[in-house]
Amino acid sequence: MFAVTAAALLVAMCLAMCRALLGPTAYDRVLALNNIGTKTVVLIAVLGFLNGRPDFLDLALAYALINFIGTIAVLKYIEYGDLGTSGGSRRRKAMEMEP
Amino acid sequence: MNRVLWLWGILFALWLPLSNHFEPLFIGFGLATCTIAVVVGARMGIVDRESVPVHLVWRGIRYVPWLVWEIFKSNVRVARIILAPRVRVDPSIVHFEASQKTDLGRFIYANSITLTPGTVTTGIVGDDFEVHAIVQEEIDGSEENDMNRRVAVLEGEGG
Amino acid sequence: MDQVLSVLTWALLLSGAFFLVTGALGMVRLPDVFTRMHAAGMADTMGAGLILAGLCLYSGANLVTVRLVLILAFLWFTSPIATHALAKAALSGGTEPYTLGAGTDGEGEGGGAP
Repeated sequence: MFAVTAAALLVAMCLAMCRALLGPTAYDRVLALNNIGTKTVVLIAVLGFLNGRPDFLDLALAYALINFIGTIAVLKYIEYGDLGTSGGSRRRKAMEMEP
Repeated sequence: MNRVLWLWGILFALWLPLSNHFEPLFIGFGLATCTIAVVVGARMGIVDRESVPVHLVWRGIRYVPWLVWEIFKSNVRVARIILAPRVRVDPSIVHFEASQKTDLGRFIYANSITLTPGTVTTGIVGDDFEVHAIVQEEIDGSEENDMNRRVAVLEGEGG
Repeated sequence: MDQVLSVLTWALLLSGAFFLVTGALGMVRLPDVFTRMHAAGMADTMGAGLILAGLCLYSGANLVTVRLVLILAFLWFTSPIATHALAKAALSGGTEPYTLGAGTDGEGEGGGAP
């Protein structure tokens, strides 16, 4: 039964990958990426049970966090063009420019 | 001070199952790590009502099953939209006032809205919530008011 | 008892898989990034939730179950924040939300709106 679930996960990942390739805007691609990441987390857990070795769950746990941070980082990069500036710093700079 | 002890307990309770080793050496490492983390956090002054909301635990236990049931119902609704032979969506962005008093309450409410498929919080300014809904019925039903009321009960009195 | 547990595990895993595939299908079929977010949310909440619940049921009461619950908690805490960040970034990046009257680029719509 784990094999069926893993197959469904792979099908869903393929569909999300279609959206990542087709997606007209960058946000569609980021959404698909985040979604594939979530499915990867579940896939790692299911594969652990499929092989009878649930030790993989630690990897799934770490991957869930990395996926979140990665999505936020990519979004920030799209929005600001680099990862160094903080959200408020542009505004502060603009405010400092005003006398 | 109470809150610091709670944080220590939560961190240590996380350490034990994740480390999965119960020799004295590893438990000692866990004790030391949790203590260092909690002491640093307390010195930075970030252990407060907002970061360690243990006062919400008892009311939260009643809130979470209701939220899961709501998520299930709206999942079924969105699944019906997607699986219909012709996709017929009528998305819209609506504004409404939330009745939570604290930032933590607003955070919980906004995340509950986003976690329920069919509605996504796109922005919050003060009490004003901006929500994108996949079909009109998702948002102007009584369920949002119900959720609003329940989160207001969850956050309790004041901040 | 074992039979009941096994049937329940099957049911949870299969319904989770159903929601996952439906959500992914929605990501392909729905017309714009905001509506696709709702479909992605389906896979994040019910899809992952039901499958991990099924795995919990299968493994019984031990440390593996604790880890599965932790994974589910992380997913359910982080997914709305990521979705919200994405929605906010898409709005401030100038993406126009699809509305029923405006466009005909939606796959299922095709100008056939009533």
